[in-house]
Amino acid sequence: MVHRVSGLALAIFLPLHFLALGLAIEGEARFESFLRWTDRPLVKFAEVALIFLFTVHLLGGLRILVIENLDWRDGQKQLATLAAAVSAIIAFVFLVRVF
Amino acid sequence: MNVRLYIWQRATAAIMAPLVLVHVAVIFYATRQGLSAADVLSRTRGSIAWAAFYGLFVAAVSIHAAIGVRNVLHEWTPLTERRAGFCAIVFGLLLAALGSRAVAAVVLP
Repeated sequence: MVHRVSGLALAIFLPLHFLALGLAIEGEARFESFLRWTDRPLVKFAEVALIFLFTVHLLGGLRILVIENLDWRDGQKQLATLAAAVSAIIAFVFLVRVF
Repeated sequence: MNVRLYIWQRATAAIMAPLVLVHVAVIFYATRQGLSAADVLSRTRGSIAWAAFYGLFVAAVSIHAAIGVRNVLHEWTPLTERRAGFCAIVFGLLLAALGSRAVAAVVLP
């Protein structure tokens, strides 16, 4: 469920991400004004949430690939917990660095 | 999800795993350095390596996300499998188009 919800949220975010990067077509100044807009604290918090979802989805996906392709069955809950923990740490480090 | 879609879903996931790690590293680097638009574009424009990297990323994520959205629509909404598949194809094409445009915007000189 966590993997599905994080994937859905990323799928909703992706078109907006691509549109934002596409602003560079309109010139460097337009892209720069968008980057300065992202300096707002609320946007920074949203970025942290996205990094968290991104890493959760990555680690959840690696967990699925490992479970399906390797001869391994035990300890799945521990691995899922580890995935969430690593994601939280990465998101926290990102938060500390952007502020 | 049929076998063909299942394989595409897993194959694109496997392709993207290292790409995601590099992308996260790039995000950390760019935000930590406080890069301006000029800084970013001076690194990406004319770069075949970044074009190939993000071109592959966009292709993989368009397929991967479309299949995921198809599964969610089919299982969580009243849409039939056929209609969920149609919506997913439209979504995947939208992602591919917007993603290609974004890559072109930052890598074309």
